[in-house]
Amino acid sequence: MSNSGSLCMQMVAALVSGKLKCVDLTNTLSPDFPVIVLPAEFGQCAPFRVETLSRYDENGPAWYWNNITMNEHTGTHFDAPAHWVTGKDLPDNTVDAVPVSDFVAPAVVVDISAEAGADADFVLTRAYLEDWEARNGKIPTRHWVALRTDWYKRVGTPDYLNFKKDGAHSPGPDAGAMEFLVHERDCIGLAVETVGTDAGQASHFNPPLPAHSILHGNGRYGLQCLTNLDKLPTFGAMIVAAPLKIEGGSGSPLRVFALFDAE
Amino acid sequence: MSRLGHVSPGLRSRAARAMAVRAGQGRFVLQVCAGCSVATYPPRDRCPQCWGELRWADQPHTAVLLAETTVRATTDNFYREHLPWRIGTVQLDAGPTAVAHLHSDVAVGDQVRMRLVLDRGGNPAMFALPLKETPHMQDDPQLRVFTSAPKHRRVLVTDGRTKLGQEVAYALLEAGASTVFLGNSDRLLRYDGEDQIASTPHVDVVPLDLTDNRSVSELGGLLGGRVDIIVNTAGYVRPGGVSVGSRLATLQTAMDVNASGLMRLAQAFCPAMGARSDDGVNSASAFVDINFVYAMTGNAGFAGFSASAAARQSLIAGLRGEMTSVGIRVASVLCGPIDDEWHQAVPLPKVAPSRIAKAVVQALQDGLEEAYVGDIAEDLAKRWRQDPLLTMREENL
Repeated sequence: MSNSGSLCMQMVAALVSGKLKCVDLTNTLSPDFPVIVLPAEFGQCAPFRVETLSRYDENGPAWYWNNITMNEHTGTHFDAPAHWVTGKDLPDNTVDAVPVSDFVAPAVVVDISAEAGADADFVLTRAYLEDWEARNGKIPTRHWVALRTDWYKRVGTPDYLNFKKDGAHSPGPDAGAMEFLVHERDCIGLAVETVGTDAGQASHFNPPLPAHSILHGNGRYGLQCLTNLDKLPTFGAMIVAAPLKIEGGSGSPLRVFALFDAE
Repeated sequence: MSRLGHVSPGLRSRAARAMAVRAGQGRFVLQVCAGCSVATYPPRDRCPQCWGELRWADQPHTAVLLAETTVRATTDNFYREHLPWRIGTVQLDAGPTAVAHLHSDVAVGDQVRMRLVLDRGGNPAMFALPLKETPHMQDDPQLRVFTSAPKHRRVLVTDGRTKLGQEVAYALLEAGASTVFLGNSDRLLRYDGEDQIASTPHVDVVPLDLTDNRSVSELGGLLGGRVDIIVNTAGYVRPGGVSVGSRLATLQTAMDVNASGLMRLAQAFCPAMGARSDDGVNSASAFVDINFVYAMTGNAGFAGFSASAAARQSLIAGLRGEMTSVGIRVASVLCGPIDDEWHQAVPLPKVAPSRIAKAVVQALQDGLEEAYVGDIAEDLAKRWRQDPLLTMREENL
């Protein structure tokens, strides 16, 4: 019996025919890709490193493979609730325990690229989001809130981390925006193009680092270092983001992509 | 085609090797008999006068040039490329006469200053210099065979993000280096001193991260054939013990920068350097590693870092063997705690980066294999020569 009528097969057919578009939201894992830089007295995030074991040579005549090393938060990556102290006691708070169904979820794209372009320290507030909803419609529940900043276009330049004498400068939400998204819009998580879900200067916010603190304290997730959020529709995209199943892991590099109607 | 880097035969007696070690430290030593107190040369196993036991002792490094000759033909592959070659007989103030290589500014009858040098094959030899500095003395072609003077040479300094790397670059330029390629491990993050060093003439900032295989091999591909000297200024220092006060991740990073980083650097650059060890005025010449003197003993409070320094020192010993066989000098410049942010809790004395930079240039100009910089390093080396196990105990208990 043909199963072409199943929802799953309908989706496959739409992908094959091009009616469903698939866009990669992942930066390439390379030794050059910047990692978050903490004050020197703290442990530092290991960058991506690759050492070739063999490449059709005396160490392996017919095969090519590499040893790779990195932090759980290197490159395009997923933050599990256990990443933050606020989420340390939640159930299923590590990447191996997060329900697999949470790895496929719809996204709403909030475009703050103009504001972030004009002011690298642009802070997303509740008032901004309410105004955004007035113009675009309500943010639906259990969505990734994807912050389009066009920051990914800065990858490979000093403007990506945007370090100055007083630290990093990149856009992000304040506590009011996060409380609103988590408690009143029940978001599944925050998805950003910057190196962290929090603003570059967010350690000076009050409370500090509100995105990490509020997202993970409420069992929500983070996606960082994404690309191509400008290619997504405001509503209607579905994000697939499945981290590696690291035992007790706080996060993981991963391949993230989005599916949405081509028209 | 480049001249092949021929080296002199390395098969020497144990006594000659012992003399080479001391020559590499810049000392002027001879064997002195414990029985009759007569100094002897060349190195032997027993005293030629009384059959007594010989001991190494520092000697006055003055002599008189008795006679000279110019070698115009030889079967030695290395010297064939460097003929004519002046040698002479010197009367050492220490007693014996010796055959020595001659600087072009010395003549028969002159009082000369003797230096114990290492040839390209790592063998000890006597070299007679003018007693007083003469114009362009360092440029003497025969002297340059035994040294690695930075003058006219292109140097890679591996980490220019630190004060140490920048001071080394300035000192090399001051000593006449034609270009300093200065490594920058993160082109996206600024660093102190960047504007000044990057705008300094003859400094070429290049991307180089010793923890990144790709970065090192890519730069090796670009520069391997035209770097004459490498000075490895990269280092990762963190305080901490073995069982307490440190994290394994810190030790791993130290190993990655200090030991694995050195290995990556050697693999990417040294084979090409070895092929150019006799390539004219700016031949490839030396690999200098700036390391921590606690490589020799370990050190309470910096146990993990000292372990990585020890691994690095061991790699340098191996590299010296490999590179001496192709005519490249490998030198360790060992220092005590540097006056930087990672040694804030360490009491004085601490060694200034500028002093280390001077020692690097000096080691190159004198053709050394080993130099100790600053009071702490000099003191430790002295104690270590007398009693290595006691020194280890002193540094850790």
